[in-house]
Amino acid sequence: MRVIIVGCGRVGARTATELDQRGDHVTVIDTDLRAFTRLPATFGGVTIRGSGTDEDTVRQAGAEMADLLMALTEGDNRNAMAAQLGKHRFRIPRVIAKINDPLRAEAYRTLGLETMCRTVLLADALVKAAAEGAAATGGWVEPPTAEPRSVRDILSAPRPETPAGPTESSEA
Amino acid sequence: MYVVVIGGGNVGYYLTRELLAAGHEVVMIEKNPDRARQIADELGKIVIPNDGCEGRYQAEAGMGRADVVAAVTGDDEDNLVACQVAKMRFNVPRAIARVNNPKNESLFRELAIDDTVSPTRAILAAIEHEIPVHGLLHLADLEGGEVQVLEAQLDERSAVVGKELREIPLPEGSTVAVIVRDNRALAARPETRLRAGDALLTITSAEQEAEIRRLLIGE
Repeated sequence: MRVIIVGCGRVGARTATELDQRGDHVTVIDTDLRAFTRLPATFGGVTIRGSGTDEDTVRQAGAEMADLLMALTEGDNRNAMAAQLGKHRFRIPRVIAKINDPLRAEAYRTLGLETMCRTVLLADALVKAAAEGAAATGGWVEPPTAEPRSVRDILSAPRPETPAGPTESSEA
Repeated sequence: MYVVVIGGGNVGYYLTRELLAAGHEVVMIEKNPDRARQIADELGKIVIPNDGCEGRYQAEAGMGRADVVAAVTGDDEDNLVACQVAKMRFNVPRAIARVNNPKNESLFRELAIDDTVSPTRAILAAIEHEIPVHGLLHLADLEGGEVQVLEAQLDERSAVVGKELREIPLPEGSTVAVIVRDNRALAARPETRLRAGDALLTITSAEQEAEIRRLLIGE
């Protein structure tokens, strides 16, 4: 599957990484080159600096051949526009927009966009965690790996040995 | 008319002032509270200090009875969403969006925005009228930029000079309407032979502009 991801923030980078590992052809777009440092060194996809709401950039990212576009920036409006650009200008078969405001997500669903609302997802998981425990959420809420230690235990624990060697000077 | 203006930057401010002066009823929605207060101090209690893309603030602004919404912030995506919310939720008859990236004009029209205004394109057009860098001038945009009226200025380097108009393989949907020669307008006929110095008034679609440039100017 050929996937274009708009926005290489935490969500975008993670989604891109996972899809890349699954063997999909992933192209990530972000306006900030530094955002691509969130991708692991093993990332085998393509990165493009530019705006996901700019027609030329999205075309350069292979929109004409893409099977799926996901708009995952921090801005709801930017995501809604990038998704509509993909859907209507490039006829990408599936587009998904991350929309944080549940009211607006509703509005965009009526326009034929698949939307994913962080607020709703997280709230659902939290309600489920409250009622049935973290395990019931399928990993959306992660159970702890250890019992909590008291602050006194932490403070009284023996300190790990620090290697005593000559300190290096960085001055030339 | 009842007009809702979204965005209180310079464009929004002067637009609102002009509309009020012309006797229209205007409400502005401006996200930045300081800016909203500043404008309200001058123009009166017509400013809602909130996000104009949100349905509830549009409702507060009385979008349900608005004749026109004008989204004039500096961000194309905000203008698009504000107009779409106004059209979808409040059935506003006419939505006008300011567009900074001229390429967005046709996309916005496709997405149900009634009118777009691109200052970038306007300035570009003004510059190109003064300095014909490419030999191809934008004279007018119709249908929100989908259809363009261009002027191709031929010089001796153009490959079409000396040819008859019918020999030029213009793309389907493009046509040369008028030829301006020696300050006179000639109807473009198939047998008209082109000369250096001719200006060809050409009507074309936006996506065929590059093809027209290649054929007539030869870059």
